[in-house]
Amino acid sequence: MIQTENLTKKFGDVLAVDQLTLQVNEGEVFGFLGPNGAGKTTTVRMLTSLISPSAGTAIVNGFVVGKQDTEIRRSVGILTETPGMYDTLSAEFNLLIYANLYEVKDPKSQVEKYLGMLGLSDRRYDEVGTFSKGMKQKLAIARALLHEPRILFLDEPTSALDPESAHLVRDFISELSKEGRTIFLCTHNLDEADRLCSRIGVFKSHLLVVDTPNQLRSQVFGRKVVFHLRQADDALAEAVRALPFVRDCRIIDNRIVINLDDPDVHNPDIIRTLVGQGADIQYVGELRHSLEDVYLQLVKNS
Amino acid sequence: MIKIKTIIRKEWAEVFKKKMVLFTVIFMPLFFTVLPLVILFSTRNAGVEDYTSEMPAQFTQMCPENLAGGECFQVYIAAQFMLLFLMMPLIIPVNIAAYSIVGEKTTRSLEPLLATPITTLELLTGKNLASVIPAVLATYLGFLVYAVGATIIVQDADVAKALIDPVWLLAIFIVGPLLAVLSVNFSLMVSSRVNDPRVAEQLSVVVILPLLLLFFGQIFGFIFLNKQLVLAIALILLLVDLLMIYVAVRLFQRETILTRWK
Repeated sequence: MIQTENLTKKFGDVLAVDQLTLQVNEGEVFGFLGPNGAGKTTTVRMLTSLISPSAGTAIVNGFVVGKQDTEIRRSVGILTETPGMYDTLSAEFNLLIYANLYEVKDPKSQVEKYLGMLGLSDRRYDEVGTFSKGMKQKLAIARALLHEPRILFLDEPTSALDPESAHLVRDFISELSKEGRTIFLCTHNLDEADRLCSRIGVFKSHLLVVDTPNQLRSQVFGRKVVFHLRQADDALAEAVRALPFVRDCRIIDNRIVINLDDPDVHNPDIIRTLVGQGADIQYVGELRHSLEDVYLQLVKNS
Repeated sequence: MIKIKTIIRKEWAEVFKKKMVLFTVIFMPLFFTVLPLVILFSTRNAGVEDYTSEMPAQFTQMCPENLAGGECFQVYIAAQFMLLFLMMPLIIPVNIAAYSIVGEKTTRSLEPLLATPITTLELLTGKNLASVIPAVLATYLGFLVYAVGATIIVQDADVAKALIDPVWLLAIFIVGPLLAVLSVNFSLMVSSRVNDPRVAEQLSVVVILPLLLLFFGQIFGFIFLNKQLVLAIALILLLVDLLMIYVAVRLFQRETILTRWK
């Protein structure tokens, strides 16, 4: 659905996006993470044909950026960093404007549909200026969906929202994903990315890494398994360390934390070893690093 | 076409909520229409018989032979105010057009708008018409009120005929819209290049300067509008308008507007 090759954007001497090569598949929720000023918004602007690339190519929904810009704009939906609604106009009028600009066949019913879906029907005639941030954001999401695009670009969809509104927006994104839409999600909210995205790209002018959230954890920190024992001691740890597949092993209180490449394969061997050494295993769990840890590690190393 | 209509409806819905715009679209035409009528009313029984010596010779020659000195003076005085009807299409759209792009920038609505499949030409046509139409309608309506009022006030068919001269009809109905297009495109160009609506409005007002020269030129008797001059102005304006539209579209660089504005 989205394919870029060496996509580059320079503003004068400033290199905003450096040779981005990326593929986002149909129906995927792709998280695009990066610090402020990393070039995420510039990338979204290029992929939505708002600005042109300095070099490289990008194909969005089968259309070439820079050559078929009107077709791209017609076929994608975008939620910009700020909602950018017309505050002095009503919610309904705001959406009708965009329904007409996106050449929607039955603008009124489509506006009705999305006002209802996002719980804004009661406020349809109210000026948008009287809306809360969360309501404006919902309205902006409705605007992005009016023409039923198969690809959605969401730039910080839950920023500045209260937890309840953010939760509602996340649920809505999840629903959109179930409808088979491709979603390109720029976010700073790593928990949100972890929950919603099938794959994540960490970006800082250039792409640092792309993978599923779990694979990223594994790539950066490996996988850590925690064995809770009745009594842990150094002899047990030494026995575990002697196993060839163990990358690292530490004792913390009565727990042994073991770093493994593939716990599903190696856990039984470790259990056998520990039991053989006379350990009483109470239970076994996996220590999960947060995506935030992964992200911070990646950005720090870059 | 639906996109252009949508832009016009959106502009009007937004801009007519602004008091300054309402003032320029309603109060100014009203003032410019009433002023010459008041002058006509105050000079109708002044007992003037021969003011020809106080009028520019150029005008005296043009005054219809069947009018007496006092009547001729009335026509001369009214003619001084006719240029106000040409100022209307210049001034009225400035507020609307100047706010047009810079307003979208300040409300951050420009990016989602440019993300739609609307072309630059459609967008600028919509914004042009949204500013030109109220200006032209207000001017026409003002002139219509003036024409009816003047006919009633002067109570003389010959004077009324001289007041509503074909030269003025030509100027107001042809030059007026051309001036509005000039004013709007100039304002749109300014609006797409600045970040503050007030700066846009102030810079856009510069466009009325040439007309002020004409206004004072006529008052001081250096220039007097006749049919040839009006047609020449119309032709020049048409060419200037076409050039302005071309330049406005060329200057409307989506990328520059989006990325340079913070």
